[in-house]
Amino acid sequence: MRLRTRLAVEATAAVNQLSRHIGTGSGTVAGGRVGLAIAPGALADLGRGRTVAVVSGTNGKTTTTRLLAAALETSGASVVTNATGSNMPAGHFSALASGPREAPAVLETDEGYLPATLRELSPRLALLLNLSRDQLDRSNEVRMVAKRWRDALAGSTCTVVANADDPLVVFGARSAPSVLWVAAGVHWRADAGGCPACGGRIRFAQGTWSCSCGFARPVPDVALEERGEETTAMFADGRRFTIHLAIPGGFNRRNAVMAAAAAEVLGVPADRALEAMGKVEGVAGRFSVHSVRGVPTRLLLAKNPAGWDELLELVAGDTGPIVIAINARVADGRDPSWLWDVPFERLGSRPIVASGERSADLSVRLHYAGLEHRRVKDPLEAVLAASRSAQPGVSVEFIGNYTAFHDLLAKSPLA
Amino acid sequence: MTVLRIAVVYPDLLGTYGDGGNGLVLFRRAERRGIAVELIQATSDAALPAVDLYTLGGGEDGPQVLATERLGEAGTLAEAVANGAVVLAVCAGYQIVGARFPAADGAPVDGLGLLDAITEKSQGRRPVGEIVVESELEGVGMLTGFENHGGLTTLGPSASPLGRVCIGIGNGDGTDGACSGRVVGTYLHGPVLARNPALADLLLSWATGRALAPLDDHRELDLHRERLEASLGRRGRRRG
Ligand SMILES: [Zn+2]
Repeated sequence: MRLRTRLAVEATAAVNQLSRHIGTGSGTVAGGRVGLAIAPGALADLGRGRTVAVVSGTNGKTTTTRLLAAALETSGASVVTNATGSNMPAGHFSALASGPREAPAVLETDEGYLPATLRELSPRLALLLNLSRDQLDRSNEVRMVAKRWRDALAGSTCTVVANADDPLVVFGARSAPSVLWVAAGVHWRADAGGCPACGGRIRFAQGTWSCSCGFARPVPDVALEERGEETTAMFADGRRFTIHLAIPGGFNRRNAVMAAAAAEVLGVPADRALEAMGKVEGVAGRFSVHSVRGVPTRLLLAKNPAGWDELLELVAGDTGPIVIAINARVADGRDPSWLWDVPFERLGSRPIVASGERSADLSVRLHYAGLEHRRVKDPLEAVLAASRSAQPGVSVEFIGNYTAFHDLLAKSPLA
Repeated sequence: MTVLRIAVVYPDLLGTYGDGGNGLVLFRRAERRGIAVELIQATSDAALPAVDLYTLGGGEDGPQVLATERLGEAGTLAEAVANGAVVLAVCAGYQIVGARFPAADGAPVDGLGLLDAITEKSQGRRPVGEIVVESELEGVGMLTGFENHGGLTTLGPSASPLGRVCIGIGNGDGTDGACSGRVVGTYLHGPVLARNPALADLLLSWATGRALAPLDDHRELDLHRERLEASLGRRGRRRG
């Protein structure tokens, strides 16, 4: 390690500790920024000589990163990871600086930063989940993101594990020298209608997809079978695994299959990987029950239409009260037009409270979805209001977008 | 007309910003007044039906060109407009119903020519943000929306602007959008009708040919007022 890098690592640790101590942050970004300022080439320096895996895509990055890290930990090594979702260079720097020099790293990576991360860290593996519309006011059109992945992967040496069911991911991934395709499903197809290869129209039929230009779904190396709550992964060599997780949702089980395929590439057998993933409970506060001013509340995060699509699959059929909180700060995207892409109609008849700084937008959307609801702008008050319509023993569901979720999480300890 | 028919045009290609919401708002506002109404999601793999009211949304560059080609070949939309159909086209859809717009590489693409409007690539920063427009359409008043587009639009003599821009960029010359007969285009993207129920009702009254009973719009008007105040400060309350 260069002297400058070592200084940067020490400064990062000091600033992160300070930032956690004075409570200004989760203690990963501030230190990373300081470290990168001291030694601009330090990220590449810290990545050298160890196994680095990056996890990218629009949705499921944080959870899948956690699952893959849990799988790699079964090798006995301590694994460094950006568990709080700081997924840009400063967060990567903090994660790499946080453990032993040779510790394997699993890094959640912002989809826009994937090309730069591939260049700087030369990861051994990239796990690519899905691509869909997200924060269109400040990020690139999703087709452009796929094209940049494609250009960056063409010059890389890393092995890619990619979702064969998502045409935009396939377009981005297939330029890589080695790709393992997982049929991990894609429920949100509204961004995949136009062919990224020729501009024509992609046709989806019977679990596969193709375009008249020849761009088509690759033959998967790992297939999935989903029956109700049961998900089974089928590897090309005939091995089958039924997925059991402590965290809920079909989307998490599908992500676990991708993480298991990635773990095998990194030398951890899938059965051992899946066993370790099954023990992961909350992920950065998500999915677990917290106490919101004494009210047991399950906290869920959905940032964009595809993420909502997955969570609605999870909560549909429940009849307990639900609070939905929407903000439109910079980190959320300042344009909440996407609320009209979310099929809120599927929430059905249950007590609903619209909340957050953009609760007026949400309230109009719910009204046109034909859903009775109340509007309580303050999320804490909204949870209290919702709890009054809960049966004893039934917890409140809270789904917030990015800042709405994190604001409430910061005020709500685990129940 | 026995049943009012509304079509969301090519939601598989044009619907990047929740623009499908406009069709839903029109449908529900007709339904709540007891008007027999049908909402059609007209995807690009089937022939576009002839209906009374069309909405077009935003789209990325590739799908925008593809949608324009398909609409031009079929000719259904132009024919329906000639027969009196109403059109609301937002964002990329607005550029499509104009005379010309640039493809991703900057090459000019012929639009449908339903509005006398030519779009060129914006040389400055991409206009992204809240936009407020004082509409020139009767009874519509202040419009609030969000814009995010890479082109600026110049109107020819046979189109008139939708209104004057108070906040934001719009066409780029102090105006936003274009109107010609019963075709309305605007850069206020996404569910613009959810924020501006008066514009929704004007389009519905054109399509049905009748005056419409008022609805309980307190949620919509709360949102309208909140957005105007967020953009204009307290002035919004007086002027909105
Ligand atoms: Zn194609």
